[in-house]
Formats: sequence, structure tokens, C-alpha cells
Amino acid sequence: MSVPASTPALEVRGLVKHYPGVTALDGVDLVVRQHEVLGLVGENGAGKSTLLKALVGLVVPDAGEIRVRGEAVKLRSVVDAADHGIGMVFQEQSLVPNLTAAENILLGGEGPGVRRGVYRWDAMRRLAQEQLDKIGSNIDPLVRTDALSFADRQMVEIAKVLRIEQRSQHPPVIVLDEPTSVLEAKEIETLFAQIRRLREFASVVFVSHRLDEVLEVCDRVAVLRNGQSVGELAAAGAVPRELHRMMIGSTGSDDHYHENAAAVVESERPRLTVRGLSGTSFQDVDLDVAAGEIVAIVGVHGSGREDVCRALFGAEPVTAGEIRMDGKKINISGTRAACAAGIGYVPAERKTEGMVGPMSVAENMTLAKQRSRCAGPFVAPGKQAAVVDRWIDRLCIRTPGRDTPIQRLSGGNQQKVVLARWLVDGDIRLLLLDHPTRGLDIGARSEVYRLMRELAASGVATVLLADSLEEAIGMADRILVMNDGRVVSEVACPAGGKPSPLDLVKEMV
Amino acid sequence: MFAVLSPRFRSIENVQNMVDAAAVLAVVTCGITFVLLMGSIDLSAAGVMGASALTVSLLVANNRNDNDLGLLGIGVAVLLGCAFGCLSGLALVLLKVPSFMATLGVSAAGLGVATLMFAGVQPNVSDAMLKGWAIERFLGLSYLTWIAATCILVGWLLQRYTRLGRYAFAIGGAEEVLALSGVRVKPYKVAVFAVAGAFYGLAGVMVTSQLGAGLVQAGSGYDFSAITAAVVGGTLLTGGRGGVLHSAVGVLLVVVLTNGLVQIGVSPYWQGGVEGLIVVAAVAAAVIPQRRRNQVVK
Repeated sequence: MSVPASTPALEVRGLVKHYPGVTALDGVDLVVRQHEVLGLVGENGAGKSTLLKALVGLVVPDAGEIRVRGEAVKLRSVVDAADHGIGMVFQEQSLVPNLTAAENILLGGEGPGVRRGVYRWDAMRRLAQEQLDKIGSNIDPLVRTDALSFADRQMVEIAKVLRIEQRSQHPPVIVLDEPTSVLEAKEIETLFAQIRRLREFASVVFVSHRLDEVLEVCDRVAVLRNGQSVGELAAAGAVPRELHRMMIGSTGSDDHYHENAAAVVESERPRLTVRGLSGTSFQDVDLDVAAGEIVAIVGVHGSGREDVCRALFGAEPVTAGEIRMDGKKINISGTRAACAAGIGYVPAERKTEGMVGPMSVAENMTLAKQRSRCAGPFVAPGKQAAVVDRWIDRLCIRTPGRDTPIQRLSGGNQQKVVLARWLVDGDIRLLLLDHPTRGLDIGARSEVYRLMRELAASGVATVLLADSLEEAIGMADRILVMNDGRVVSEVACPAGGKPSPLDLVKEMV
Repeated sequence: MFAVLSPRFRSIENVQNMVDAAAVLAVVTCGITFVLLMGSIDLSAAGVMGASALTVSLLVANNRNDNDLGLLGIGVAVLLGCAFGCLSGLALVLLKVPSFMATLGVSAAGLGVATLMFAGVQPNVSDAMLKGWAIERFLGLSYLTWIAATCILVGWLLQRYTRLGRYAFAIGGAEEVLALSGVRVKPYKVAVFAVAGAFYGLAGVMVTSQLGAGLVQAGSGYDFSAITAAVVGGTLLTGGRGGVLHSAVGVLLVVVLTNGLVQIGVSPYWQGGVEGLIVVAAVAAAVIPQRRRNQVVK
């Protein structure tokens, strides 16, 4: 059976996927031609990862179809996808660390490497070597995977994905999900050479946040925004700015970030003063936040900004440095000390760190400093109910009642409950927001932004790790750029004089 | 240290004694190691050994009935252990019962079966071959010790050269990766528990050989000692690290320690407590490199 060269290797038509409260994919179209490297870009929450998961059978779409070489297919598992010649190199590496490279490459399809359940190590080595030879890698197949460098492990992973060639007679489609995010410049060059090599016998979908890289290695780039395909362009001759405009769309007119509600920064009242803070993944960080100010920290994955944020809340060890709150030196020995100092933290992983799913809205809201609402060792239900109802009202939290389990609420309302936890006592002085809008849709984001503005207006200082650069620019009064564990620059970001994302990107990488 | 404190500790006979004393524990530990490698835990050894001890003592020549099945009886006892292991594994993968609870339940079931078979009258074994295992020696070591050594060799081969053994490692290392690679994990989990059960079954037979009678309490204490030995040898409770040879070294350490304490005159009543402290200390030592603040331990 031969397929004409003009038939796309992979075609996606009108793909839809709903999650409770969020529409992740809203009718996505995508075409991957044979022997082409297609770039896929979009902001966080644009639907990229859901689309990729649908391509490898980890997510079953609600509507729409996926065609492989012109033939509609239903992908229900990774094995299904592999049978159709689609394989993915995952962003978080998916290798078993305590097995050899050969075992990882052949995992689940050892073929002649295992006869009647018994390993033939010679055959294993030979088969793995064949895969590694395809990509020109000289890794020893019998070395343990956790002894390899990150870049080498990635090569092992590509070799592993290429094994799907044996499952289908057609050229495979290889999906690379943000493969460059933790690689060094030289390793990235090697990877790009690899991708160009793959193009000879496969189609590649390349997903990355780094637009210049996408343009360098891809033939064509498709852009996603809010779960929809908003366009595509040929990579040759295109500039990152064009892509960027397509990714964020025209948001100019509406005041998404409530900038006109920006608080007056009381710069003469420094709320938080940090000097020379060092820990395992960050060094010598200086940070000032005034009452009413919102300071965003931006940086790529691995820049250390999350760790700084957690260190300020006492959830990450600190080796040196000084932290002052309202001029008074404090010792944040742990999260308890941070709470006592009037610091609140909204973690990035809402579902695992931010809330206790099966517990009620009321219990989640009053989880911190429960003592103030207690009579002796018991929670005073009257006191608690009154406080909780007041805040449900003030933050417009849409919930059937205060006793509803929080996991039944939509993401935006869950996040408001998590935020309210730090507000109910009225003694909050500094809020640390780690990706507060992650996984929220536009409407819910806007409400969280409004809430942040209100808190700032009441004099709360805020440190924000934004979900996207636009969010950081939109919300912050000042932006610190972190790179490799250090603060490398500081950019003023007043309403009316906002920097462009590209200015910041230059410092970040 | 013990050699300095007690001259008897150094004698050839004592070394032979120690190695012989290690035989049953080595077999149990061999089985439990595979379960620990997956990151699960197995508390069923005591019950499975009790059931197997009664089974074998009633199937070979004994004073309760006219059976005289010999090796076949031993095989049945081992298979029974295997079946109990299967039960643990199925409860884990089908009913999603956590392994510690599933195996604890299976242990209780095993003790129940053993008590039913015991029926108030202790079966004394008269089978010459089975009794001979504990008494007759080859190259200075009892047959039981040679059986244990064979078990360790078989365990090592399983771990090194079979898909079952390698996947046990992989499940402990990164189970979700196996699933993403299209491997069906559940059958392997059940099989690992079944293999472990077979080892316990054999251990039950070995205890019966030592005692010359089938006792419900044949496996009492072995479940905990085996975990101690495996952990002391460097098999992590979190799975993915260690192995049969590590565990064998752990068995020797634990036996040397117990024996040494007896030789220098420590009351045997203290030994249980000492063993408990060792396992906690060993686990604490193993996790020191991974310790981070705010890590939740359950």
C-alpha cells in the first residue's frame, strides 16, 4: 500500500476537548506533511499539551478527527498511536532511571532480545545499538540510564521513539515536546542536527517556547491560541515578532489586567527587603517590594525563581542572606514562621499543594492559622461559618455552599478559595503568588487579576511568578529577570510605560 | 567486634551455625526482595509459611495420616505459597488494595488455613528425607543451607536475566514510564508476588524440616526479619534499588549480629528490640541523601 506524497502524514480536524470548567481544545486543525518539521507554538494554556496528548492517545478528544496518511483513526493509548507510527518524546523524560539504556530503548518491545521471558543481553545490546546508530549516537547501550547526562538521555529517548518504525511500514511522526528547555547551547545544536536528520525518514512536530529556535529548525509553524488554530506561516523569512503577535492576538484595547486599577506604590514604605539570599539553586538574590507593589520575577525553567519564592515562605532551605519585613529582620525557619510574619503563599500546583480536594470550601479557606477560630482544641463552627460566608461573598466565589467539597468547584473559584485563605485573618502583609492563573480560563484569570489589584490597593505587597510574560508585564509594577539562579536585571514596568516581551526574553536566555 | 568480645564467636562451628541459621531467612528475604524492588511491601511471609508448614507435614510421612508423598508433598506446599502470593497480587492490582494491607490479610488467611489443618493435634514428620535436610551435611554445611544458596542463585538469575525480574526493577524505578511504553504492568506485579509466595512456601518447608513437626507459628517473625535484612543490605523500601545479592549480604549481617549478641551474653529477650531499632536506623540512613524539607512521608 503506497500513499501519494501529497497526502499529509498527519491531519487533525476540528478537535475538541472539554475539561470541567475549561475548554482545552476548541476545534483545532493541524496538518503535518510528510518529511516536514512542523513547529507548534502557543502561550501557556493555549492547548498545546492537550493536543499533543491527543496525538499519542493519552487524551481521547470529545469531537473531531485525527487522520493518519488520509485514514481516520481512533487513538486510545500510546500503543495505538505507536501502531499508527506516532511517537512522542515527553517534556519530562520518560525513561526508567535504574535500567540500562538498551532496556529503555527496547522497553515493551524487546523482540528477539528476550526469548521466553529470558534476556539475551547480547541481542539486547545489538538491537539497541541499531536504534542508536540511526541517530548516530555513541552511547554505550549497557550503561545505566541515570549515569547519562540529560542530553544523552534525550538521545536515548529519541532512539526509543524511533522504534515505532518497526510497528508501521510508513514513515513515522515524531513529536518533540519542548526538547530544548534544559539543554545547553551546544547540545541544542546537536539536537537540531538530529531533527534535520529525522526529516529524511520521518515527520517531526516540534514544540517550544523559544520562538527563534522554532523558526530556525522548522519548515512551517502553526500557532494555537485559546484552544484554536489561529494561523500558520512558513518559517523561512519569518521573525519571532510575527509569531508572537499571532500567539497573543490583539489584546490591546480591553484592559485585561485592570491596569487602571493599579495601586499607588508606597515606595517609601519597603515591605519586604531581601539581601544576598542564597540557596541550593539561587545565589545572592536582592529583592525589594514596597507596600502596594506587585513585583514579578521572570525567567526560564531552571532560572531558580520558583525556589526563591518557596524560600521566602520557608519551604526551601536558605544558606545565606537576610530577610526584613517592614524594616524588621525576621528569621524564616519554616512555613509556620512565614505565616506568623504575615506572609501568604499560593503554590503553583493547586490540586496537590494548594488545596485539600475532598475537604469543604470552608475548611480549605480556614486551613492556615486555624487557632484564631478555635475554642480550646475545637473549631468554633459559628465563628468559622461567619468568616467563610463573608469571604465567599466578597470574592464572588461561585459555590453551592460553604460545605461543598472544593474539588467540585471550577479552577478559578478554587483559586479564589486558596487566595482567601490568606485574607481571612486580615493580617496579610506579603503575598507570594506562584503561577496563580495556571490552568484558568480567560474569565477566571481576569477575576484573579482584579483581586490582586484590590489587595495591592489595600497595601499588600505581592511577589508574582507569572504564567506568561504578558501576564508579568500586565500585572507588575516592576519586573526582575532571573537567569541561572541570579537576578540579572530589573525593568520598571509602570502603567503606560510597559516594556515589550522581547526586551525581557533577551535577558532571560 | 563480637570476635574480640567472645572467643567462641570466632570458632569454625559457630560460623557453620550462623550460616545454617541464616538459611531460612535467606530464602524468605530472597522472595521479599522482588516485592520490595517494585516499591511494594509484603507482610504475608508468616502466614504463608505457617500454611505451607502444615501442608507439607500432612502430605509427607507423618503421625496424623497415611500420606507419604515425599518430594511431591514439598512441591504442593511450594505451589500453595505461590497461590497465596497470587492472591496478594490480585488483591493489589484488581481491588487496588495497598500491598501492605493485602499481604497482611493474606498472612491472616494463611494462619487461618494453617490452624484449620493443625486441628489441635501437632503433625510430627517421620519422612526421613525431609528431616535429613536439617541434619545431614555436605562440605560442612547442612542441606538447608545449600538449598538457600541455590535460592539466592535462582533469585539472582531471575533478577538479572528474566523479564519478570527486570520489570520488577522498572516498576520500582518509574512505573508510569512502563505504561507509557505500552507495557501491561499488572500481570508482572501479580507474578512477582507469586514468585515471592513460592519462596515463602519453600521456607515453610525448611522450617518444618528443622522442627520435625508442622507448626502454625513456623513463620513467626520471619516477615519482619526479612524486611530488616533486605533493607540493611541496601534494598530500598521505595523500590528500584538493591537486589537479591544485596539482600543476601543483609541476611548475613542480621544473623551475625543476632548470633553475636547471644555470644556476648545479651539476653535473647533484647534481640527483638534490637532488630527493630536496626531496621528503623537502616531506613533512616538510606533516605538521608534524598531528604528534603517539607517532603511528606506516609
